[in-house]
Amino acid sequence: MKDSELEEVEINLVLETLRLRHGYDFRHYAQASLRRRLRSLQHLFGLKHLVDLVPRLLRERDLLSKVLAGLSVPMTEMFRDPAVFLALRQEVVPLLRTFPQINIWQVGCATGEEAYSLAILMAEEGCLFRCQIYATDINDAALATAEEGVFPARKMALYGDNYRNAGGTGKLADYYHHHMDFVQMDPTLRRSMVFAHHNLVSDGIFCEAHLVVCRNVLIYFDRHLQAHCFALMKGSLVRGGCLCLGSRESVEGTVVERDFQAINKAMRIFRLRPRGSTP
Amino acid sequence: MNPHQVRVILFGCSAGSLHALRSLFSRLPRRYPLPIVGVTHTREQGEWLLPELLGRRCLLNVRSAVDKETIQPGSLYLAPPGYHLLLERDETLSLSMDERVHGSRPAIDPLFESAADSLGDKVLAIILTGGGCDGAQGLRAVADAGGVCLIQDPASAEASSMPLMAMAAVLEKQRRVLSLEQIGTELLNLGEGKNG
Ligand SMILES: C[S@@+](CC[C@H](N)C(=O)[O-])C[C@H]1O[C@@H](n2cnc3c(N)ncnc32)[C@H](O)[C@@H]1O
Repeated sequence: MKDSELEEVEINLVLETLRLRHGYDFRHYAQASLRRRLRSLQHLFGLKHLVDLVPRLLRERDLLSKVLAGLSVPMTEMFRDPAVFLALRQEVVPLLRTFPQINIWQVGCATGEEAYSLAILMAEEGCLFRCQIYATDINDAALATAEEGVFPARKMALYGDNYRNAGGTGKLADYYHHHMDFVQMDPTLRRSMVFAHHNLVSDGIFCEAHLVVCRNVLIYFDRHLQAHCFALMKGSLVRGGCLCLGSRESVEGTVVERDFQAINKAMRIFRLRPRGSTP
Repeated sequence: MNPHQVRVILFGCSAGSLHALRSLFSRLPRRYPLPIVGVTHTREQGEWLLPELLGRRCLLNVRSAVDKETIQPGSLYLAPPGYHLLLERDETLSLSMDERVHGSRPAIDPLFESAADSLGDKVLAIILTGGGCDGAQGLRAVADAGGVCLIQDPASAEASSMPLMAMAAVLEKQRRVLSLEQIGTELLNLGEGKNG
């Protein structure tokens, strides 16, 4: 057997251990990037072989969170792709306003920057008081950071630029307090935000959403798991609700293609068609 | 090199390489029988004109890579700004937002390494002009998997550091150092071998 084939067997053994011992199923993640991250875990833990992770995953209680943190990629920014947030403000908020209560499900929130961005946007549009943002992820360490709302100060210059380009009406600094080399997000934003552990692979629909924002999460999955997630997101959207995907993701060519119409195709913003209406 | 074996051509170069890409790929015909996948270092935000600028001078179908798309002959796929581009075993492309590599996203190493893992000796990889050291480790992975490695002659490259680092990373017998012109001819010959 070639080394690469051997490694493939080891990867499968690690994934099966995660599934059978801990209930996390990574089998339908895109293989190439998963393989990269498993290798960096092997390196991080100083393991001779990847398969050495198996006994440790079976017995060591506190290893799981480290492995999950290594396998998920909590890389994010505030107002990443400002043009998308501008489009949300100009084209989606007017639709959301027609609902008395607005629920936003932000999927794969990582350390929370995107959820805070949405909260700021809704606050500036005067809607935050009737808005509930559910931000979910599988990475508990990232969720803990999100809960705290504490971010490195050195990133604020970039985020401030993003905020302005996203159509921000004030100053980003109005929404945080500066302490030394970090900032604390304004706690009043938090009143409308809930951070929770939710696994797209195994957990179900948990709210009736008017807007689902799921950016740069689906790229980590294969087509099979992507289809599952699209069905889940569609199922949690109210009729006429909106879906916002990452800049390189689309409903086109997927199982839900016909259920959605584009609001702003370039910005990857779609709307669930009313029942019975076909393209 | 066994031309019947190669299933994909990869390339990596850093910013400012439009000239090199144009002179290399404008020589290939519309129905070139292999897919081409490449990374150029780009800014993560702002407008990205490369597919358009390169496409204008090429007969190939030049495009920004789309997640989970199957690579097709006659198409040239570029990694979009802000994402790494990876090649899967079933010859589809995946994007990822993992950590920057050598300070860059997209970076060349993730593409080359994933292709070496997925397609092994069916890969032909080219390091073109560029600064820094990205691509060297990736090219080594391609060599180790039995793929074909070509490096632009550093003397003729606008920026020589990437070719030099790649030469240092790969054993002499596992790579060839060629001018852009020669690389173009190599690709054309490879294409003919495929058609024939
Ligand atoms: C690259 S981040 C995207 C962050 C943010 N949405 C953005 O675009 O800036 C991907 C996130 O997806 C999360 N993720 C991965 N698998 C998941 C799953 N099965 N269920 C929920 N979240 C998942 C990761 O933990 C990570 O935080």
